Amino acid sequence: MTAETTSPALVTLEIDGRDVAVPEGSTILDACRRIGSDQPTMCWASTLTPVNVCRVCVVEVEGSRALVPSCSRRVEEGMVVRTDSEAVRHARKVVFELLASAVDLSLVDDSIRAWMAEYGCEPERFGPAAPPSDDRDRRQAGHHRRPTGETAETVHQPVKVDNPLYVRDYSKCILCYKCVQACGPEAQNTFAISVAGRGFDARISTEFDVPLPQSACVYCGNCIAVCPTEALMFRSEYELRQAGMWDPDRQEVVTTICSYCGVGCNLELHVQDNRIVKVTSPDDHSVTRGNLCIKGRFGYEYVQESDEPTPIDEVLARARADS
Amino acid sequence: MDLKLIGAEATEAEKAAIASAVPEALTVEVPGRVVRIRRDLRHYLLPAIDAVQSAVGWVSPGAVDEIARRLQVPPAEVYGVASFYALVSTEPRPPTVAHVCNDIACGPDLAAALGDRDDVVESPCLGQCDRRPAVFLQRAGTDDVVLAHATPDAVLAALDGDVGDDTPGFVSPGPLLARVGNVDPSSLPDYRAAGGYEALAKAIEMGPEAVIDEIVASNLRGRGGAAFPTGLKWRGAAGQPGPRYVICNADESEPGTFKDRVVMEGDPFAVVEALTIAGLTVGAEQGYIYIRGEYPLAQRRLAHAIAEARRAGLLGDDVMGSGERFDIEIRRGQGAYICGEETALFASIEGYRGEPRQKPPFPTVAGLFGRPTVVNNVETLINVPRILLEGGAAYAATGTEDSPGTRLFCLSGNVARPGVYELESGTTLREAVEAAGGVPEEIPYLLLGGAAGSLVGSDHWGMPLTFEDSRAAGVTLGSGVIMAFSASTDMREVVRRIAQFFRDESCGQCVPCRIGTVRVEEAIARANGAVDRRLIDDLDRAMKAASICGLGHTASSVVKSAIELGIL
Amino acid sequence: MTVLGAGGGTSSYEEIENTDLILLWGSNARNAHPIFFHHLLKGLRNGARMYAVDPRRSESAQWADVWLGIDVGSDIALANAMAKVIIDEGLHDREFIERATTGFDAYAEKVSEYDLARAEQITGVPADAIREVAIAYATAPTAQLCWTLGITEHHTASDNVLALISLALLTGHVGRYGSGLVPIRGQNNVQGGGDMGALPNRLPGFYDVEDPEARAKFEAAWNASIPPKRGWHLTQMFEAMAAGKLRGLYVIGENPAQSEADAVHAVEALRSLDFLVVQDIFMTATAELADVVFPAAADWVEGEGTVTSSERRVQRVRPALRPPGEARTDIAIISGLARAMGVDWGDPTAEEIWDELRSLSPAHAGMSYRRLEELGGIQWPCPDENHPGTKFLHARLWEEEVKDPAPFIPVDWVPPVDTLTDEYPIRLTTGRHLDGYNTGVQSSGFDSPLRTGTTLDISPEDAERLGIVDGEVVRVVSRRASVTAPVRIDPEMRPGLTFMAIHYPEQVDVNKLTIEAWDPKSGTAEFKATAIRIEKL
Repeated sequence: MTAETTSPALVTLEIDGRDVAVPEGSTILDACRRIGSDQPTMCWASTLTPVNVCRVCVVEVEGSRALVPSCSRRVEEGMVVRTDSEAVRHARKVVFELLASAVDLSLVDDSIRAWMAEYGCEPERFGPAAPPSDDRDRRQAGHHRRPTGETAETVHQPVKVDNPLYVRDYSKCILCYKCVQACGPEAQNTFAISVAGRGFDARISTEFDVPLPQSACVYCGNCIAVCPTEALMFRSEYELRQAGMWDPDRQEVVTTICSYCGVGCNLELHVQDNRIVKVTSPDDHSVTRGNLCIKGRFGYEYVQESDEPTPIDEVLARARADS
Repeated sequence: MDLKLIGAEATEAEKAAIASAVPEALTVEVPGRVVRIRRDLRHYLLPAIDAVQSAVGWVSPGAVDEIARRLQVPPAEVYGVASFYALVSTEPRPPTVAHVCNDIACGPDLAAALGDRDDVVESPCLGQCDRRPAVFLQRAGTDDVVLAHATPDAVLAALDGDVGDDTPGFVSPGPLLARVGNVDPSSLPDYRAAGGYEALAKAIEMGPEAVIDEIVASNLRGRGGAAFPTGLKWRGAAGQPGPRYVICNADESEPGTFKDRVVMEGDPFAVVEALTIAGLTVGAEQGYIYIRGEYPLAQRRLAHAIAEARRAGLLGDDVMGSGERFDIEIRRGQGAYICGEETALFASIEGYRGEPRQKPPFPTVAGLFGRPTVVNNVETLINVPRILLEGGAAYAATGTEDSPGTRLFCLSGNVARPGVYELESGTTLREAVEAAGGVPEEIPYLLLGGAAGSLVGSDHWGMPLTFEDSRAAGVTLGSGVIMAFSASTDMREVVRRIAQFFRDESCGQCVPCRIGTVRVEEAIARANGAVDRRLIDDLDRAMKAASICGLGHTASSVVKSAIELGIL
Repeated sequence: MTVLGAGGGTSSYEEIENTDLILLWGSNARNAHPIFFHHLLKGLRNGARMYAVDPRRSESAQWADVWLGIDVGSDIALANAMAKVIIDEGLHDREFIERATTGFDAYAEKVSEYDLARAEQITGVPADAIREVAIAYATAPTAQLCWTLGITEHHTASDNVLALISLALLTGHVGRYGSGLVPIRGQNNVQGGGDMGALPNRLPGFYDVEDPEARAKFEAAWNASIPPKRGWHLTQMFEAMAAGKLRGLYVIGENPAQSEADAVHAVEALRSLDFLVVQDIFMTATAELADVVFPAAADWVEGEGTVTSSERRVQRVRPALRPPGEARTDIAIISGLARAMGVDWGDPTAEEIWDELRSLSPAHAGMSYRRLEELGGIQWPCPDENHPGTKFLHARLWEEEVKDPAPFIPVDWVPPVDTLTDEYPIRLTTGRHLDGYNTGVQSSGFDSPLRTGTTLDISPEDAERLGIVDGEVVRVVSRRASVTAPVRIDPEMRPGLTFMAIHYPEQVDVNKLTIEAWDPKSGTAEFKATAIRIEKL
């Protein structure tokens, strides 16, 4: 194990008719972005090993029978890639439709909505959404109730509110695996959650679906930080949304350094009306790579204890009292 | 690691079962002073789950804690893996459970007759189509067994502990199956007397390079469905830096398929010998046989064969005096079709959920534990001894040019003598069906290749059963399934059951397959008259194009073929 | 670390991801420095082996390939014994020692007194394990030796650190990428505070206050004279207060009434002052004793400035909230105070003050605010504005000609001051919970589902011997005071060893128990080694 590596060789490939040279080991997605050709992604994150499961970034590679995920496939010399062929557009359209037909995508990033519009997605063609179910955490692999075909099955289910810091709304979960990676081997190594079950009944779960306070969870919030659909949400954001007071347009994001231990973690404080309502960390900073601990993520309350509570304080205090 | 356990105590039975299957990751060398951990025991997770499920009938919180503590694998991950498998229960259930096949060969009648009981669950194909209807009895604390030609009364008796005799199915042998039914599968001396281990001796004498040359010359192609040239696969892995692994894929779960089971039950030493040749040839010291959990007899016979081979010095530190080390472990699948997909099989052995991995990298470069790995299925492997003894060129001269040798076909359904038929490559579909006593005029439709294959009608009777001819006809031979239906078969129900199968067996990892298989099943359920062809086409295209693995790629091919035949 | 020059961790966090061996000594970073531990875990995933030396098999130690359960306060004996093994086995880096160090012979002679049998007797760690960790450390191609307060909260703090530094010098595990000495700091600017001269013997930029040339440089810049003698460190101040020699005190952002060892005496000393000024964001227990309280803004979120992390990375803090009420930033308060005392500094901005610092401290000279912003912080030294900052220190030790060789400083083991006797037979050590921080002033403000309060963590064996059940409230008695606390039976504890977290002084004032014995060199008190007995209520 030695010091800094020497700069890698360049690989030349063709993307949508344009030649591009990128360092060996880059992915097709890296190469696309190098030439300003953005691709939709949902399960990809700059800080995590690509798991290539959402399949919305698939592209056509000449010589390959199936489409390939651009997020994980490494470039090869002479590769010919198409990101906008009929095959690509069709696959992405259907994949987005499938997701939207089964999962609540109401809080995904605007860019995802734009891609869905671009491909003309019509998720409703699979039928009206089935009502929420309350047994998704107990379904046995290899078995399911026979569908009537009258409705389209969904992952809709009750929201899990079982602690003062997090909310888990798995109706919004696209099973991108990012929270499991962040909680597990790629960052926190706490492994409070795993994918459990199988197939359409696969879900993110603690062991035996125990509530978070009984699980190994250490409330680092690193799962929330990587969630692309806001299925995982800070309690503060959830309560303010419930109260109709969450307003990103009025929020300022200030980067500072955590006031606790001496590691020097960068905090992005999301401030609305002189109140910190959320804390994140930059993905591209070498110290945290987007990760924090419970103190950095939630330990700011002491600077906004106040004798004269603001409306935000009141909403959050009520939620605290409830839990 | 800083494990947080559930805080549930395992029972003595659970502890004993787990202890018998797996070592301790954590050693307290001196109490309060020195503790040592091992990080390389994750691959014991599947055996640990298997052991506790087999012993007590479910995986309790206490058992999860005990496994977690022992292997230093977090409880959430143990649960995540356990809940992936259909044969594993994470809730209490009766000690004996009958998994009653209601798949396309066995049909729904037996399950329906047994009704709603908490010790009866419906099951996908159990690989007993030659002896339908079939039931797999999972029995806590004692051996699992299969009931063939089951009746409701026999199932009820078996649930009470009274299991009758097991009669093997029909076999029409050729060179590969010559020993099946004729040589005692538990006797190493008998196996050797019938030519066994001559090929291993020859392989050792020839050396790895020459063995690979012979396999390449033989033009042997994989029998798992992809038909990849076996010699090239071996050469690819052998050329990569070690350590390397070889795996016999015995997770035969394709509905309608039972040939590998017949080989393993009837000629287990052949599988062990062939895998040993593979191991020595590619330079692996460890081999695995990954066998589906619903094959208890085959598993017991293989375990016995491995033990005998080890005792005789045919496995171990010095295989047959070669100076080479090679040994085999059995890994029992726990009810997951997807684990027959080679990369999912790696994940399963490694102790992770059986989720496929995107290729490339290919297994010969980065397979099990990220190392170069050869995976061959049972039928492919048992061709190897024949090739070494006859010579690659001689083998290549049999069958057809592109499909040399013989093939094992699983004939079932509307034929008089369902069973495994070893047929020379090039035999036509009509000849195969007639060999099993089927009457083409009474067979409006056939399923070729299994649930991942396709339905064909009368226009395919003349098709020679080869890779090249099936490819030209736009169908696949897959795992050698030839299932005949009768005019009275409800073909829509057959197609629906296949859609249900994929919905149940999708691992759930990638979106097109996870949700697409649900939508396909719904679309079929919804269709009173004709299905929404455009919808099915879109789903089929997207699953084929965008899924990670072969399951998604082929999940709707039977449905598509049914539409083309006017069934839907 | 002054042995090697400037005082700071020698490595970057990224190096622990790419090292071959991690030796974590007296650190529960998993709890106390979770994001540093992320980097360590990456190292494990990349194949590093890990040894942990800690009295407890802590959350951090549970990740180690091998945990060595040392007796509290016996670190020097372990380090010296390891050195003896390394030398006896011929595994020391002779060439490096020859070229880059001095004093090896005396060191070798000193450590030769620590054979394995003696070390085992002192440390409780079996001889085989000592031998194993010594050989593993010496033979690893690269190794990171990390520690925190388990090393420094002892009356032998500086000697403990010297013993570890010597191990690195002996094996050449310093000054190379992947090999280094890594003390992880407990507070967000303890490194920066020292770098800025907030030490009794230092001027900003590591200059010695007793060096006339250095003083002249700062006196010229500041147009003021600087006292030529080093000041008192914290523990000396409290002794001086007790002796009536220190009569006035200005406390900024500290809560010594609760954080000092032997807190009963600390409060007495603060009470005895003629005049106490406290500048804090809270009305702390210390502020309650003050004559004057300056309400301060929380600079990390209501002010502007820089802090320096454990990898010597200087980073900017920025205001996100308006300070409450009359609270003002530390700069504004101190400038205002100066003005009131008759010196007008104007109203300098944080950047202006920083630029003055840069003009005086060559290690910081290249760190303009603009560059700190662009580069996500810069690791010192950064001598000019084209310099990228320094990943690891002491590369000079690997140059052909080493100008300033590093000295081996032999040290001897002495036992903790608070000795175990029949009357006080049990060792109490203290530390942090994941969701707690020091005296809880900051961390008690948020709802943590993990919070358990302070418990006395004891071994199942001790619990059984004393007839105590889990959750039972007991009296914990030290030579100085007694407190009551609920018991938590922890299978990871060994008989004779107990642990308490320090975050809840309102519930259990642990530091009433601890001893004010302190390290004469650094002034750190011996929080980690208290002799107690446990009484049933």
